[in-house]
Amino acid sequence: MNVQVRTQTAAGTAASKLGIADIDLHLGPPNWEAVYPFLAKRWIDHIATFGMSHRTGLNNGGPNYAKAQPAAARRDAWPPSGKPPGTDLDFIRSQHLDPYNVEFGTINTPTPSQSFMNPGLGTAICSALNDYAVEFLAKPEPRLKASITVNYEDAEGAVAEIRRWAGSPHIGHVYLLSRTAEPLGTPRYRPIFRAAAEAGIPVAMHAFGFGGNPNTSGGWASFYIEDMLAHAHSMQSQLISLIVEGVFEELPNLKFVMVEGGFGWVPSLGWRLDKHWKTLRSETPHLRMAPSEYIKRNVWLTTQPMEEPGNPKHLEDLIAWIGLDRLMFASDYPHWDFDDPMTSLPIRFNAEDSRKFYRGNAAAVYGR
Amino acid sequence: MNVEVRPQAAPAAMTKMAIADCDTHPVLPHLSHLDRFLPQRWRDYIATYGMSQRQGHQNGVNPYPKAQPNAARRDSWPPGGAPGTDLDFMRQQYFDPLNVHFAVINPLTPSGEGFANPYLSAAMCRATNEWQAHDLVGKEPRFRASICIPYEDTEAAVAEIERCAGRPEFCQVLILGRTGEPLGAKRYRRIFAAAVAAGLPVSIHAFGYSGTPVTPAGWPSFYIEEMTGHAQAAQAQVSSMVVEGLFEDHPSLKVLMVEAGFAWLPPLAWRLDRNWRILKQETPHLRLSPSEYIHRNIWLTTQPMEEPEPREHLLDTIGWIGWDRLLFATDYPHWDFDDPSQALPMHVDAKNRERFFIGNAREVYGFK
Repeated sequence: MNVQVRTQTAAGTAASKLGIADIDLHLGPPNWEAVYPFLAKRWIDHIATFGMSHRTGLNNGGPNYAKAQPAAARRDAWPPSGKPPGTDLDFIRSQHLDPYNVEFGTINTPTPSQSFMNPGLGTAICSALNDYAVEFLAKPEPRLKASITVNYEDAEGAVAEIRRWAGSPHIGHVYLLSRTAEPLGTPRYRPIFRAAAEAGIPVAMHAFGFGGNPNTSGGWASFYIEDMLAHAHSMQSQLISLIVEGVFEELPNLKFVMVEGGFGWVPSLGWRLDKHWKTLRSETPHLRMAPSEYIKRNVWLTTQPMEEPGNPKHLEDLIAWIGLDRLMFASDYPHWDFDDPMTSLPIRFNAEDSRKFYRGNAAAVYGR
Repeated sequence: MNVEVRPQAAPAAMTKMAIADCDTHPVLPHLSHLDRFLPQRWRDYIATYGMSQRQGHQNGVNPYPKAQPNAARRDSWPPGGAPGTDLDFMRQQYFDPLNVHFAVINPLTPSGEGFANPYLSAAMCRATNEWQAHDLVGKEPRFRASICIPYEDTEAAVAEIERCAGRPEFCQVLILGRTGEPLGAKRYRRIFAAAVAAGLPVSIHAFGYSGTPVTPAGWPSFYIEEMTGHAQAAQAQVSSMVVEGLFEDHPSLKVLMVEAGFAWLPPLAWRLDRNWRILKQETPHLRLSPSEYIHRNIWLTTQPMEEPEPREHLLDTIGWIGWDRLLFATDYPHWDFDDPSQALPMHVDAKNRERFFIGNAREVYGFK
């Protein structure tokens, strides 16, 4: 929902009773120059001369579809300082962290931060963004945790970046985007998951990204709304790949968080996978459990943007299959389709479930 | 050229010069010949699910019908079998009359290369390698085997190279010319590093199954377009290997471009050099001009050779490439076989003839 004129006080007083975790905050540098102190001169020169292109089939090389709002942001998220939304720490505190009592928030570096055409540049930019987020957001504001943003198309570079941050108190998760060059279960990406599991850091995969492939299996869609919907499809493809290729079988302790892809599709996907697996299991003898068991063991999901079935009971049914302990609240602040923790849930939880949903599940996943 | 009724006696003239054939295609007589080398799991898998290539077309194997059954010379069918499957017949038709001293085996489908399933790909490559070592080189010492590798899975490919390294049966690592991404990409780098460590050249043979269309403008309609298109695929691979710094990383790496022709190499190098002069800031890792890497690290096999009119243009082309960089190849038993007695369409002095037909192969492979 588009929230543009919510008064700060109303939200703030109600929320102050319950601390929340917010697993999808899009905060970052106000401009590319802000990360230059962390970037080698070679790449600064490269950007100045050649620019930064993404692995995308469409010619502008940036986001493929015009967003519904400038900077995809809430209209009221532009700080008085004149900086872009999500880049002014004081304003982030006063507009979001304080009034909603966000105790734990993971910073998901805004796109386009990953999947550059040039893998050397991509790896360097990810490192610089991580340095920026730690120095200027997570260190000054301990409620915020930076992501280990990795250039996943360069597995070796990604592994080095994970190892660089392993053990840091300022880190939330390893951060991937969902549109990759190949499905994430394929062997080329496996070292990334191994490194995350070894470091005990969850891996979050957020919607969007630039794999170089069309955004639907029927080719390029025409409208932004189709692109938004297609995130649910790429999430499903990635989850299937991770299960079937045996990532979760190999790494039973891996925690995989799916962000901004919705969750209404999870039960039906689990059913279909289980059904096919029963008849085709000889193809994948490395899987020792039914696909849905891996989902329930290794996968968590964030809620925004939540499916909104006409009958709230249907949402309860979905959550019952997935398990309330697998869902984590996310606001997507400061984006235009922000979910307000006070109003976004169309069903009412009891106090215990509410604590899990808004805080406890994240504490279990992240250990904080 | 299509050679169908050559009398066997003609090659008597050739007995004077020994040749090395750097592209020959003995064929697996039947899949069961791999049984000894393939774990039960994968034999069952193939029986139940088959073998699919990374291929956009529905049949999953060759997108274009070949000009001849089995793409073979009409006279290469041994009594009761398929071309390339009968060792005695090959000795009579090929080894003895052409005086082939060294025949480099490039196994084609179903060697395991380019399979959609990377795990099956690894198992099949390994089995194919053992089949070559036992059933071909083991029985006919003039053969030299290729290490087939599942190159889309770098880790498994490196393991296979290391497993075969040092065995005298193997003379090179084989990759097919259409890959998931350009071969200079970082994801493939360790494959080349492993080849260098093993002291083996890497052969890049035309064909393969990338999953992407065979031309940058999409799928063409005719086999002749596919055949011609191998030269463009080879150019893309050479450009990528040069520009991404593969040869800068591995100055002693030997790469052979096989069955893609060679006349495109000089204009490609000129264009690369020209663009590099004005764009060299983009690739500061390159310390030489592109053509210097080409001259240092690349060799080419001859078949199918461009046949310009007037013929002296071929001499000009070879003059730029260097008489020490071309290795003779027949492509036996395929329909577009090059006969060594007629392959060179002009007079060449004895020294260059010797290099062309065997000397360069001795240099590159260390054949004794």
